[in-house]
Amino acid sequence: MLDATNMTVNAWRRENGRVGVRNHVLILPVDDISNAACEAVANNVKGTMAIPHAYGRLQFGEDLDLHFRTIIGTGANPNVAAVIVIGIEPEWTKVIVDGIAKTGKPVEGFSIEQKGDFETIRQASWKAKEFLHWSTELQKEVCPMSDLWVSTKCGESDTTTGLSSCPTVGNMYDKLLPEGIYGCFGETSEITGAEHICVKRATTPEAGEKFMKIFQAYQDEVIEPFKTSDLSDSQPTKGNILGGLSTIEEKALGNLEKIGRSSTYIDAIGPAESPDKGPGLYFMDTSSAAAECVTLMAAGGYVIHTFPTGQGNVVGNPIVPVIKISGNPRTLRTMSEHIDVDVTGVLSRTMTISDAGDALIEMIRRTANGRATAAEALGHREFSMTKLYRSA
Amino acid sequence: MGEKPHLLVHDKADNVGVVVVEELTAGTNMLCVVTEDDSDFRLTVKADIPIGHKVALKDLAVGDTILKYGEDIGKMIGPAETGGHVHTQNLKTKRW
Repeated sequence: MLDATNMTVNAWRRENGRVGVRNHVLILPVDDISNAACEAVANNVKGTMAIPHAYGRLQFGEDLDLHFRTIIGTGANPNVAAVIVIGIEPEWTKVIVDGIAKTGKPVEGFSIEQKGDFETIRQASWKAKEFLHWSTELQKEVCPMSDLWVSTKCGESDTTTGLSSCPTVGNMYDKLLPEGIYGCFGETSEITGAEHICVKRATTPEAGEKFMKIFQAYQDEVIEPFKTSDLSDSQPTKGNILGGLSTIEEKALGNLEKIGRSSTYIDAIGPAESPDKGPGLYFMDTSSAAAECVTLMAAGGYVIHTFPTGQGNVVGNPIVPVIKISGNPRTLRTMSEHIDVDVTGVLSRTMTISDAGDALIEMIRRTANGRATAAEALGHREFSMTKLYRSA
Repeated sequence: MGEKPHLLVHDKADNVGVVVVEELTAGTNMLCVVTEDDSDFRLTVKADIPIGHKVALKDLAVGDTILKYGEDIGKMIGPAETGGHVHTQNLKTKRW
């Protein structure tokens, strides 16, 4: 068995002490109408990346807080070296810039009103080029593997995920959480049917109560008013059903295999919130939709995502490498270009769950050292904002 | 290890198992393994059942609770004989 103690990776130690495994210069829009300027800057300065998205105007209250938290968290993520922020007007742009600046990394804001796209793009391109030169000279250093923050969420699940790829992630957590990593699972709606088990996996009664409050709020505020049957034919999804999952309970029990046998979560946190109770496992209130969930966990500060799939979800993220794990031999036969860790041996009983967990830990190490994931190689950069209600 | 299992069962208490091979055809005398303790048994499958789909380990009647992972995953809304296919046509959540 692999010895998880004293493992190291070569990665970037950021100004605030966090460890990043990628070195992006982001061109980050505050709002939907600044996407075009951001994309123009990223086109001018090769090696930078724009992250266009759909929202950011006329939002208010909790929904606006979540928007700001997601954008700031994305810029603040240790996988990002420096950030150009562009918004239509200066005030909300400054909110984002000030939020990211707390990490100590270089960040500069530009606003379009009174200037237009051309002048904004000209000014922002000069700064982006300066950031790119600076960031590309940053050197990696040897960092303990325990400094990594590793999140998880499964997708296009089937019955093989509960038998193989989800317990693989669980085994990784059982081995790496004691070493001091931060972990994160979520998917509030997908715990339905296993909430009685999930609540017992809290480290303290307070954490369990926080989880149940989040779980119940989603049931009461979203599912009850809008439900038809089995969550309006969405849980399980059509893909889940093709893969053999029949009920939400069956899906939830497989899903929960991702937190292993011995791991417990120390807190339940809101979407895109950064964990603040030290190393350990956290539950985050998220959608079960892949891109939305990974976007929220990345904004929470997680630098590597582990993604079990059965039928073959192809999701990626702009700033966080998403490692795909599958144990379904048909998926490995038909769409292996999307899979990083093959655990089909678990189903044929030639590989134990512990072997599979070791294989995943090794892939996390290689990914942290720079190996491009399948999703990165294929250009999957899905960035999806979670929206709580209609804009004003 | 020799023969690869056709069907995996999570827990001793379960009344369904999961097909883990492609192109399983009716009449196959399946090798079934319980992952909890690695014990095995034989069962003849009654239909062509796709990989990932469930097989009844005993005769199941309308109203019966289905156990997987040793936990309640729903109830039968149609019957299934031993070795038959259990899925959305005869199994439904109790929740909605």
